[in-house]
Amino acid sequence: MIKSKDLLGIKELEVEEIYHILETAAGFKDVLKRDIKKVPALRGKTVANLFFEPSTRTRTSFELAAKRLSADVINISVPNSSVVKGETLKDTALTIQALGAEIVIIRHTSAGVPHFLSRESGLSVVNAGDGTNEHPTQALLDAFTIQSHKKKFKGLIVAIVGDIAHSRVARSNIYALIKLGATVRIICPPTLMPSQIEKLNIEVYDSLEKGIKGADVVMALRLQLERQNKGFLPSLDEYFNLYGLTTGKMRLAKSDAIVMHPGPMNRGVEIESKVADGPQSVILEQVTNGLAVRMAILYLLSGVKS
Amino acid sequence: MKTLIVNGFVIDPSQNLESKKDILIEGKKIQGIYPVGEAPSADRTIDASDCIVIPGLVDLHTHLREPGFEYKETIASGTMAAVKGGFTTVCCMPNTKPSNDSESVTEFIMDKARKEGACTVYPIGAVTRGQKGEELTELDAMSKSGCIAFSDDGMPVTNSLIMRRALEYSKIFNVPIIAHCEDPFLAEGGSVNEGFYSTTVGLKGIPKAAEEIMVARDIILCELTGGKLHIAHVSSGGSVRIIREAKARGIAVTAETCPHYFSLTDERLTTYDTNLKVNPPVRTQEDVDAIKEGLRDGTLDIIATDHAPHHSDDKNREFDTAAFGISGLETAFALSLKLVKDGLIDLNYLIKLMCLRPSLIAGISKGTLQPGADADLAIINTEKEYTVDSAKFLSKGKNSPFHSWQLTGKIEHTIAMGKLYNWD
Repeated sequence: MIKSKDLLGIKELEVEEIYHILETAAGFKDVLKRDIKKVPALRGKTVANLFFEPSTRTRTSFELAAKRLSADVINISVPNSSVVKGETLKDTALTIQALGAEIVIIRHTSAGVPHFLSRESGLSVVNAGDGTNEHPTQALLDAFTIQSHKKKFKGLIVAIVGDIAHSRVARSNIYALIKLGATVRIICPPTLMPSQIEKLNIEVYDSLEKGIKGADVVMALRLQLERQNKGFLPSLDEYFNLYGLTTGKMRLAKSDAIVMHPGPMNRGVEIESKVADGPQSVILEQVTNGLAVRMAILYLLSGVKS
Repeated sequence: MKTLIVNGFVIDPSQNLESKKDILIEGKKIQGIYPVGEAPSADRTIDASDCIVIPGLVDLHTHLREPGFEYKETIASGTMAAVKGGFTTVCCMPNTKPSNDSESVTEFIMDKARKEGACTVYPIGAVTRGQKGEELTELDAMSKSGCIAFSDDGMPVTNSLIMRRALEYSKIFNVPIIAHCEDPFLAEGGSVNEGFYSTTVGLKGIPKAAEEIMVARDIILCELTGGKLHIAHVSSGGSVRIIREAKARGIAVTAETCPHYFSLTDERLTTYDTNLKVNPPVRTQEDVDAIKEGLRDGTLDIIATDHAPHHSDDKNREFDTAAFGISGLETAFALSLKLVKDGLIDLNYLIKLMCLRPSLIAGISKGTLQPGADADLAIINTEKEYTVDSAKFLSKGKNSPFHSWQLTGKIEHTIAMGKLYNWD
């Protein structure tokens, strides 16, 4: 069982809880293969999607996950929350609670907002990405995808390449994979390397060739295109030359390595189309698995006993 | 009105006094210090047995928020917080609205403090108009109106030429320029110390280098100009090292740190408690150790509070958009007393750090119990334990990361310009 009423991050989860989520997700994946892809587990419950950052795939995935569980769904998008004016975050949360929602799925540009909501309201909070802190459901669906291909975590080498400094996906994946026993390598230019991240017991590379060598899993991250204006990179071309995932670079990984990407992709920046659409790619599978994992999380957090 | 304080252990580094004495106060002045039992009679007597009697604490770095941000603090509430914390003199920073960059604002603050202040207030004027870092303010007019130092606190003077001019021009008036050392490019968008914890909580870091580069720059400019430089709120071990080296070479620089920089580390950020958000940010254990060593060996001259009260609307929100600052006046002494309890420094030296030296840097005749001096005193039970309850602060700002901490050292009475305040 999950011990907390919230899913704030992978940091807060114990390894048994991660396995329990993955097992539960496997059950829901079977449901998704049926003709009628809906179960009554959350009938009468209300789930609120509260997104302070633009998102299509994560929000849609959560919405569909909630609907597959027969929950009612409220979608609240607050584009560009400059949060200086207008309703405070706390008031928004209390309003949602007063409407009768039990679970709130929150995405916000500021790290720690899910923790704040959890403290300030009685809602069950699911973190759908907070600043550069965590994106736990992405890490869980990635773990689910890796497990379904590799059947284990111990002994696996997972190479994560890209903008680690600004990536909550990278952080949640690091926490999850370390807990599950994999070896994690991160690969990025030193300008995009977060301070003292090596203390998390991971291997750190600034060379894709070296970091990808012998990897079982290669995960490319989205590069925010405005990074070059901020002096992190001289140009996107140079980034692609050094860190872009190409078929040539992929030859250095294990021959049965899988390629992952949390999406949305910048083709020709962090990944070559041939790799993204090639036989090693499991990128679309990640999307499908995301639905099953999010159903598992909503189900477990709603406290419904099986 | 005569007040007699009897049986207290009097500590006054300004006259090398450290023994049981009785002190007689007449009106707003200290009349004399007597052997126990030998003072003339008075209208009222305070029994200070089990307490130390010290000059009222002097804070060189306070934000009173008035004019402009009265919802955060006023001169009345801020000075009440001060006397509750044992302070009888506060020097208030100019980042008000409008900023204290002209004699009319200085006069407003002086006037308001005389009418509503619970203790003595000395304004610190802005170095540049509107604290924009572009044009110097009228240091002469503002000094004459009451400013005892100049600073663009909160806003670093980014332009090195302007900082040079400020250090040069201020020599006419022999007033210190108080530097808020922060490279705005390195610090941009940051809200916590850059390090392992900024990485794992996902908040943007401010590297120590942002402070250290400006500390080094300002020291170099101080050497170039021969001006009087005081470095505000030192948070990093690297800054301590740079200041130590400068002092060894005989450069006339002074520096302060604040209780939170030797009491807290960034490890606590995992709670996302916005009361920990302060600029410069609380750093690592290594920095805490270096700051303590800097206080011990005299590299850091004084302890100031950087009292920065905020309304809960500005704090109880997302970490990124929450205001920087800690409401510090009411916890500063007990937190600093811990340095004595831990054996780092002795009590006499602590009083020097919090009374005499800040007065000397500001060039004011405070921080002493010499007969004839202003009747500013704090009477403190240094053994009494209590639990911090920020809801009970007299400051409007309840933003304290020390809420619910168990501290030792209770202010029992404060006397500010002869006016007695009894606590509890």
